[in-house]
Amino acid sequence: MARDGERDDPPAGGLSRRAFLRGGAAVGALGSAGLLVLEGAEAKAPGASRSEAGVEVWGPGEVPIRLRINGKSFDLKVEPRATLLDTLRERLELTGAKRVCDRGTCGACTVLLNGKAVYACSVLAIDVQHQPIVTVEGLGRPEKLHPLQAAFVEHDAQQCGFCTPGFVMAAKAFLDHNPSPTLEEIHHGLSGNFCRCGTYMGLRKAVLAAAPQLPASALEEEEEDREGIDDPAMSDTGEKEPAKKKPPKKKKRGRRRHG
Amino acid sequence: MVEYSWPKAEDRRLIGKRISRLDGPAKVTGRAKYTYDLKPQGMLWAKVLRCPHAHARVKSLDVSAAERMPGVKAVRVIQGPGAEIQWALDEVAAVAATSEALAEAAVRAIKVEYEVLPHFVAEEKIEQAPKVDPGPEETVGDPDAALAAAEVKVKGTYGMPLVAHNCLEAHGQIVQWTGPDSLTAWCSTQAVAGVAPQLAEGVGIPAANVRVVTEYMGGGYGSKFSADRWGVECARLAKLAGAPVKLMLDRRAEITVAGDRPSAYGEVEVGAKRDGTLTAWVSKSWASGGLGSAGTPPIPYIFQVPNRRHRHSSVPTNRASARAWRAPNHPQGAFITMSALDDLAAALGMNPLDFFLQNLALTKLEKVYREELQAADELMGWRQRWHPRGDPAKGPLKQGLGLSLHTWGGRGHRSNCEVTVHPDGMAEAKIASQDIGTGTRTVIAIVLAETLGLPLEAVKVSLGDSRYPASGGSGGSTTVGGVSSATRRAAQNLLATVFAKAGPQLGAAPEALEAAEGVIRVMAEPSKSLTWRQALALFGQTPVTAAGANPGDGELTSSGVGGVQMADVSVDAETGVVRINKVVAVQDCGLVIDLKTAESQVYGGMIMGISSALSEEKVLDPVTGVALTTDFESYKMAGIADVGELVVRIMTGPGYDERGVIGLGEPPVISPGPAIANAVANALGVRVPFLPLTPRRVLDALAAMTADVAKKETA
Amino acid sequence: MQPFEYASPTTREQAVRLLAAPGATALAGGSDLLGLMKDEIETPKRLINLKGIEGLTGVRSEKGKGLRIGALTTLDDLAADAALGWEYPAIAASAGRLAGPQIRNVATVGGNLLQRPRCWYFRNGFGLLAQKDGKSMAAEGDNRYHAILGNDGPAYFVQPSTLVPLLVAVGAQVTLFGPQGERRIDLEKLYRIPQKEGEPEHDLQAGEIVAELFLPPAAGRKIASYEVRQRQSLDWSLATAAVCLEMDGGTVGRARVVLGQVAPIPWNATEAEELLKGKAIDAAVAEQAGENAVQKARALSHNRYKIQLARVAVKRALLKAASMMEEEG
Repeated sequence: MARDGERDDPPAGGLSRRAFLRGGAAVGALGSAGLLVLEGAEAKAPGASRSEAGVEVWGPGEVPIRLRINGKSFDLKVEPRATLLDTLRERLELTGAKRVCDRGTCGACTVLLNGKAVYACSVLAIDVQHQPIVTVEGLGRPEKLHPLQAAFVEHDAQQCGFCTPGFVMAAKAFLDHNPSPTLEEIHHGLSGNFCRCGTYMGLRKAVLAAAPQLPASALEEEEEDREGIDDPAMSDTGEKEPAKKKPPKKKKRGRRRHG
Repeated sequence: MVEYSWPKAEDRRLIGKRISRLDGPAKVTGRAKYTYDLKPQGMLWAKVLRCPHAHARVKSLDVSAAERMPGVKAVRVIQGPGAEIQWALDEVAAVAATSEALAEAAVRAIKVEYEVLPHFVAEEKIEQAPKVDPGPEETVGDPDAALAAAEVKVKGTYGMPLVAHNCLEAHGQIVQWTGPDSLTAWCSTQAVAGVAPQLAEGVGIPAANVRVVTEYMGGGYGSKFSADRWGVECARLAKLAGAPVKLMLDRRAEITVAGDRPSAYGEVEVGAKRDGTLTAWVSKSWASGGLGSAGTPPIPYIFQVPNRRHRHSSVPTNRASARAWRAPNHPQGAFITMSALDDLAAALGMNPLDFFLQNLALTKLEKVYREELQAADELMGWRQRWHPRGDPAKGPLKQGLGLSLHTWGGRGHRSNCEVTVHPDGMAEAKIASQDIGTGTRTVIAIVLAETLGLPLEAVKVSLGDSRYPASGGSGGSTTVGGVSSATRRAAQNLLATVFAKAGPQLGAAPEALEAAEGVIRVMAEPSKSLTWRQALALFGQTPVTAAGANPGDGELTSSGVGGVQMADVSVDAETGVVRINKVVAVQDCGLVIDLKTAESQVYGGMIMGISSALSEEKVLDPVTGVALTTDFESYKMAGIADVGELVVRIMTGPGYDERGVIGLGEPPVISPGPAIANAVANALGVRVPFLPLTPRRVLDALAAMTADVAKKETA
Repeated sequence: MQPFEYASPTTREQAVRLLAAPGATALAGGSDLLGLMKDEIETPKRLINLKGIEGLTGVRSEKGKGLRIGALTTLDDLAADAALGWEYPAIAASAGRLAGPQIRNVATVGGNLLQRPRCWYFRNGFGLLAQKDGKSMAAEGDNRYHAILGNDGPAYFVQPSTLVPLLVAVGAQVTLFGPQGERRIDLEKLYRIPQKEGEPEHDLQAGEIVAELFLPPAAGRKIASYEVRQRQSLDWSLATAAVCLEMDGGTVGRARVVLGQVAPIPWNATEAEELLKGKAIDAAVAEQAGENAVQKARALSHNRYKIQLARVAVKRALLKAASMMEEEG
């Protein structure tokens, strides 16, 4: 708790502009400010929970949780009210998922939970512990785009780009369950995301074009929970430690959505 | 003297090609950091207490409890006791605290008492308005006589509601003081150069000491030109707290106060000769821009009817000031005009395509519109598919076609660019513009690389920082012309400097040199060349820099585009649900720099227009005056399934390219409303006079017609 | 959002005991609840996560005796369920049309039954009955999405679920589990019209959770619903009609016609049901049934069009049930 408290007292002195603008450096800065990556024992500090009806009751203060994001485990402390979105953005510097409506409607915060698209703003972090979560940072990198992301670039499925990571993740989840969709199915599958600049034409083309060349992505599939604590400086995106390749367990449900 | 011009068509390597936006990879991977994503060390969160009433006076305000809360670092009273608040969710007080939740809790702890005052928000009922500011009446010719003499005339009332910009990245900024009278602000703005002096004035420090940075921004559409009061308050909180402060609007505030496209309502009487020649136009229109005016929609739009009279009035309402919304006032002018003209064509029994063609001489772009109407006709199959009003098909599903024309200026704005070639041969353009999502970064890179004969990988674009050479805001479709012209001139100036040194080295006159294929070479003898690195070595260890500006010599940008859109819709006459089958846009914009992002602009404008035509409406509660549509569920934007098939043709080549670069962001958003509404009228045989074309509007119009018929039958 | 405690029980009994604490609220998918909490329309002191409870998910076929659907089954799983798709394709299809994928992936059947109304006065913090100076803001203000039936006051909001009308029409029952044990009631009995501010629109008793939904065998009944949505992307239905017809040869023996989004509760269109008895479904009968369904409808200042929508929804649901019309988009 004490280490968490440090976060409330901003350290003196600013970050250099360069370090600030390179998102990665901000993680280091946070880490040095005590980024919530705690030893298991410390996380179970007394008073974090108590038992009632044989069940542990947590909160309302910060409680230890473990999240599995992009193939890595993160131990941190959050209040039960912390949404997954705010936890990703504010605690883990994973800002690809955007906060736009914050009410589970616009889709800009879409991430994959157990391989399915969900609104990160509308689930609690404490509620999705130990379940595989993939954020947009878990797909490709600018230097090595995932084919779906490459298709987004090629077909200009983005303008201001604020809705784009959410669309990428919604499209990823959709194509994983429906690898060769019709245009109508794409419409249905992406109906939980909104774009304000009007990139829907590019989106249609990108998803249609990406479908046949989409490889199985290993990241979002079940993986052994890596015990041990990640170095906070390494923990922004999992980039530095490529995920173990595993043949994906694709559950083809082959269902035709009703549209 | 350098002669500034665009390269000839056969010499263009990059200009006019389909090039993917350069920041695409950063955006699709979530690595692009927007203002909302940034977090300087020690950053505090600000939250704003907003007035829940549309019109009220602050009676008392007590911030002491908030100030005492642990973690609260600064509290500001923005409108204290005695202040008269003129719209709902206006700022009353703000706090900065160590976490967002704490800031929210502190806002809750502020106690305010209001005296609620009467409000007015429903300008469509102009007869109920407590105040109307009538604009000047403009008259040309003798409209009364012409109307009396018109062989065919129609009369109608048309209107469109208030809509919100609803930028996905909310308005807001992070302010960090870098000294006692200097600060840096990371803003979600479409005008880094313009916002810096506004912030400076707001907090009373020299403009030169304010730096505004906007690396990426999540949409503006005209609503993000200003530092805004919340920006200045954010800076004040940061100063008080001695720490950087982030203040982003929440969605309710974003929709309610950070973007209003004014509504417009109009009553029109228009007349023509039996052959379709327009002769008379008489109209009045009104709108509200909040307390002040929102400008005047151009009515009649495009068609300068020889005898015409128009007056536009402004109706003050209790809501936040209107902000420019993509093509300010044109969608309103176009909707009222094109709806009335389409009704007249129907009364004449004419195909609207023939009717519009027949009257093109009344426009300023007759030739352009003629070509564009022809192209649109081919893409839509208009002549084969058009039917007179009222689809005779059996069953509830009725199909119809409609069209509309529009225009826009789009001349490049004032812009400066500094181009540098570094000793390693890498070129850089610096410009205090910003990429609002249109692809400004990419356009600058294309012009720079094209001019210097370099591949795109060898150029870097630095923008989004007010410390770079000043450039205008990203609005009015002026950016592409401004930044491309300034960059072209700067790069051409830089070439002149480099050629002057390289000429003697290559044994040729500077005018005999060219920059191509990554080298400086003698045009007539391409084997005689210097690499850029070698050329730069002639200048010692210093980079070579040149500046360019717009406006300037040479016709690199111009103004005045036309555009035609045709819509094909299906309307369920029993449920009033309108579905878009297809919309065709034919658009000119002079010389295209990047065809891929240019097409995206047109698609984007069409989609925004379709969305506001079908479902968008900011609903204000008649009882309280507050916005009821405060989220993405009730403020209804079109999704991917709602926009139909879209076809874009950009007019390029001889006759268009020579005009230079003209902006493209505004024009395509103008016509979807009238084109779709005209298509609905064509499908149903009934005009639905008010946007958006929701089941309610459509069914109400059908019911009114039924009642009308019944009344006539009993009469 | 205000702070709260969180617990994740593994049995129903534990959940009910934890819910006995003042201010405790059950958390299922959370897609509605969290938004209400962010807007501080709901301010629970404690959330009891039901998703860890065993046996509350999935669809079980009772071998010709109907289907049991765990209340924590997600709408996506419901839409994809083979047993449900076989027995009640109309229900599976309706679940698949609901909201968007991200919501269907987390939202649960129980949550769908208990979601709070979308009334914009309620959602903007004016209360479910939204009364100001003793008058209904909805009745006085902008009521374009409000009730046309059951609106003789004081409630003007509409029941938001598109599934509920279908479920009521087929005779679904819900199993509620609470401090007094288990009880099974007809689903429609779960809904009530509150008479004063602060009263809920559901008839759940304190500490009770929805445990299971029971669907009787479809038994050859003709079942369909029709939802009028303006947008094809993530939109609420403006009016829904669900019909369930027990056929007696070529004619209707017993009919259920239930409307959604037209009243504060799922609305039994008894006037339409009576008309249908003994009739063969054709276009004229369907039309007349729609007419009967809205006989008692009363338009508010901004929602006359909804009477037409309800009328058409009934007609089209009947035509779909009689296979005279295809699934809507």
